[in-house]
Amino acid sequence: MLYRETGQFKSTYSADMGIFPLRQDRNALFVLLAFAFIGVPLLAHFHVWPFGSEYLLRAILLPFLILSMAAIGVNILIGYCGQISLGSGAFMAIGAYMAYKFGTGMPEIGLPPLPVLVSILLGGVCSALVGILFGIPSLRIKGLYLAVATLAAQFFFDWVFLRVAWFTNYAPSGSVSAPELNVFGWVVNEPLERYLLCLTFVTVFALIAKNLVRGNIGRQWMAIRDMDIAAELMGIRPFFAKLSAFAVSSFIVGVAGALWAFVYLGAWEPLAFSIDRSLQLLFMVIIGGLGSILGSFLGAGFILIVPIMLNLVPSELGVPLSTETISHLEFIIFGSLICFLLIKEPHGFARLVTLMKEKLRLWPFPY
Amino acid sequence: MSVKTEMPVAPAETVPSLAMVMAEAERRPEADARQRLTTEVLLSVEGVSLSFGGVKAISDASFDIRKGEIRAIIGPNGAGKTSMLNVINGFYFPQQGVITFKGEKRREMRPYFAATSGISRTFQNVALFKGMTTLDNMMAGRTLKMNKGLFWQALRVGPAVAEEIRHREVVERLIDFLEIQHIRKVPVGKLPYGLQKRVELGRALAMEPELLLLDEPMAGMNLEEKEDMSRFVLTINQSLGTTIALIEHDMGVVMDLSDRVVVLEYGRKIADGTPDEVKSDPKVIDAYLGVSH
Amino acid sequence: MTALSIAIPGGIGAILAGLMFTLLRGDRKSAIDLAVHIFLAVVMAVFLAFLAAKAIDNPGGFLEILVGGLLSGVLYSLVALGFVLIFKASGVFNYAQGAMVLVAGLALVRSLDFLTASGVATVVAVPLAILFSGAVMALCAFVIEKWVLRPLLNQDGLTLFMSTIGATFVLEGLAQMVFGSEVYPLKLFPTDPMILLESVFPGGILVNKLDVWGGVIAGVLVAALALFFQYTKTGRALRAVADDHAAAQSVGIPISWIWFIVWLVAGIVALVAATVWGTKLGIQFSIVFLALKALPVLIIGGFTSVPGAIVGGLIVGAGEKLAELYIGELIGGGIEYWFAYVLALAVLLVRPQGLFGEKIIERI
Repeated sequence: MLYRETGQFKSTYSADMGIFPLRQDRNALFVLLAFAFIGVPLLAHFHVWPFGSEYLLRAILLPFLILSMAAIGVNILIGYCGQISLGSGAFMAIGAYMAYKFGTGMPEIGLPPLPVLVSILLGGVCSALVGILFGIPSLRIKGLYLAVATLAAQFFFDWVFLRVAWFTNYAPSGSVSAPELNVFGWVVNEPLERYLLCLTFVTVFALIAKNLVRGNIGRQWMAIRDMDIAAELMGIRPFFAKLSAFAVSSFIVGVAGALWAFVYLGAWEPLAFSIDRSLQLLFMVIIGGLGSILGSFLGAGFILIVPIMLNLVPSELGVPLSTETISHLEFIIFGSLICFLLIKEPHGFARLVTLMKEKLRLWPFPY
Repeated sequence: MSVKTEMPVAPAETVPSLAMVMAEAERRPEADARQRLTTEVLLSVEGVSLSFGGVKAISDASFDIRKGEIRAIIGPNGAGKTSMLNVINGFYFPQQGVITFKGEKRREMRPYFAATSGISRTFQNVALFKGMTTLDNMMAGRTLKMNKGLFWQALRVGPAVAEEIRHREVVERLIDFLEIQHIRKVPVGKLPYGLQKRVELGRALAMEPELLLLDEPMAGMNLEEKEDMSRFVLTINQSLGTTIALIEHDMGVVMDLSDRVVVLEYGRKIADGTPDEVKSDPKVIDAYLGVSH
Repeated sequence: MTALSIAIPGGIGAILAGLMFTLLRGDRKSAIDLAVHIFLAVVMAVFLAFLAAKAIDNPGGFLEILVGGLLSGVLYSLVALGFVLIFKASGVFNYAQGAMVLVAGLALVRSLDFLTASGVATVVAVPLAILFSGAVMALCAFVIEKWVLRPLLNQDGLTLFMSTIGATFVLEGLAQMVFGSEVYPLKLFPTDPMILLESVFPGGILVNKLDVWGGVIAGVLVAALALFFQYTKTGRALRAVADDHAAAQSVGIPISWIWFIVWLVAGIVALVAATVWGTKLGIQFSIVFLALKALPVLIIGGFTSVPGAIVGGLIVGAGEKLAELYIGELIGGGIEYWFAYVLALAVLLVRPQGLFGEKIIERI
């Protein structure tokens, strides 16, 4: 009864074009944001369970936020523009390593260490440039062929960051540590601070992504996805539409990669961005919902929750599983869920949310 | 059903909105219906040949489309009609021939050039963007007219929003004209065939074309839907002054709507003229009914 | 130095020939296409000239690497063949091929270990183990066909592809859970080196017996498959399905059965690849990535072409070995890891349909 558009008349097109035309949705979002920005820090400050524990912030919320952002990037490319990518991990790596290079300076070309925020964004820019480069084949090839082209990016950059010592500042172990996270004089160190930094990034980028996909460029992407030939005959240039999708997607994924390395991992090696990461992001997008920003969050949340649950639930029940079994179970669960969702609900969890809302809108009447 | 119950109301709503479409059209010089039939050639194809590997789809076909007319292209299945449309808007590149559009000679069209210079089309097997809503499909037709950069779109402030609203208004007028208000926000993949065809026409119109190519706009429709579609085609032609080339198998529709007809068979032109001339042409009758040997 | 002085003019000649070919082919191309073409032609010519120089310098050594590469490439061909069969018959681009090699290998090595541990003689144990892993592959084929492919009938290629990624994860998880996830050594074939053509080159050519075995087995399998598809009823039905699903169905060919057969054949191909790779490296998880190289092989050869798969596999096998040894020493080792993919990328840019594929005509 509460969730209903009755009586909410829109007299302007701009009101009709809002992200959430329904007042209830808007209110829910504001409450969620307020809780995330103000509620969580307060609860954490006063050590209210479960927010008092560092574990929740550091091991669940932080990766959730960063991977959600990466998933948004991947979703733009796969879900909105229909260009499959198995190389997202490589673009995260490019973001991370280039941010590292900018953050520690490049004396070879006389570049001093840049502020950390600038480095992170520049890491994203580098990722976007490489994304455009590897997107060029998409102008001639489609679908599955492109998947192999993006695999090329994945394997090539795995190798680059492992073997080209310049990227790791000639660290003998190949592992690098992030510079101090100094954001306009605010040194981000505590889990709570890291959380807030990432939350800000994610909020801003989710909003940008949402604006893009519901605007002119988003329509171009979707047109290319749904019927590329017709789109071309209507004056949508595949060149611009595809490469812009690659650029925007790689930029977001690159920034997420830099955050992953700087804020979450702190010290990392190329393995952090292997093909497993690419597939993980792909799964998030499929499970959450192709072509949905909300879905990116749902997918990331689900993919992160399952291993934790597999860890917690059996040990609570008194039958703890070995780490190996858990990782194998994870494989099986994700794999079968992917198949199941592709068969039953190709639009993932996001579609389920929409269906639920439809039901709620009519409740308590059946129709 | 709901459409039918609304029928008495529909005209009252349509008339003013159609007037708006016409008001829009009034500002364009070619809008005057009295001057509809001219001898000015908008597009001509000369000696076009197209083949795929060894298969000849079109061989040495020439015809022209005059400004403001409704030009029908007919012929048996496999005669190369759709290929001809594909050549005209640059999807296929012919091996030989010249295409002149608005006085500019080209060896081949390019899709983007065709779109920017005012050719739009619908497709034989509906080629809508299935995952997008009716509104988004038609807004996608406005792409060429929208020029605010990625930056403004990302922030969605000022110019980008203003532009979005401006084009939304145009599209809404078209939606009124085509009587598809009720499916504005429905993903087109879920629509029945007849409505999809209508949305596709709307998408093509959103480009404000000078030449509109319709590939079997009435295929698979019932009589009522055909009548609706014919009405739209005539209104577009007369009040917007849009030149129309259409492929159609329903001879009744072709003879009623078109000003001139070109007949293709096995990629060759076998007849060209007014509907009456074509109807009585022995070669056309042979092509359709078979030759007695 | 003499070698370079021969190879460099040769390389320049190759560049010019490539350019002529590009310019004269008559396809109208955009400026980007042309630039990419020219760039790739130059890179390719430099690479070939470089190889030629090396070959002239030390023909024996060059031939040794080439033969080794070709023989290991045969296995890529074999796995790629499994891909082609599945792609032709069901339109599925099968990411799970690598996982299938892992499953087959694990089933084989674990059952073999079990049998020998319980005192069965090797002569009996090996066929039994092979039978068992064949049965496991049949089960895989059955399950994938029934629960993944059949419900997704008539979906677009991308959805099917993603569903095979899902299947990959299930297979990898299950196989490791059931059979274990360590490195299991497998000793089916001799692995000692042997020397060929000693009379022609000083020192002769060093070849691993295992590679020769692999080559022979793969050759036999390819021949057997060719006969099977050409001369049996099932083979004919399969070719019909490959040509047109709906038409084949309408003349009464049981499409599910055909798909099962195809996946089974791909599974057996995976088993053969697993025996050879397993002998070389031991059965372990990373074998998945080795088998995944069949993807670029396919791109190079063309998705739908059996000869393409074979030639593509040989090109990749020889190319990556040569690149690893001659270029790897210049820019750091490990090129093998990506060479095949980058080569595939280059082929995609020039000839999207692959070397043997048919040109795609788009319709609307």
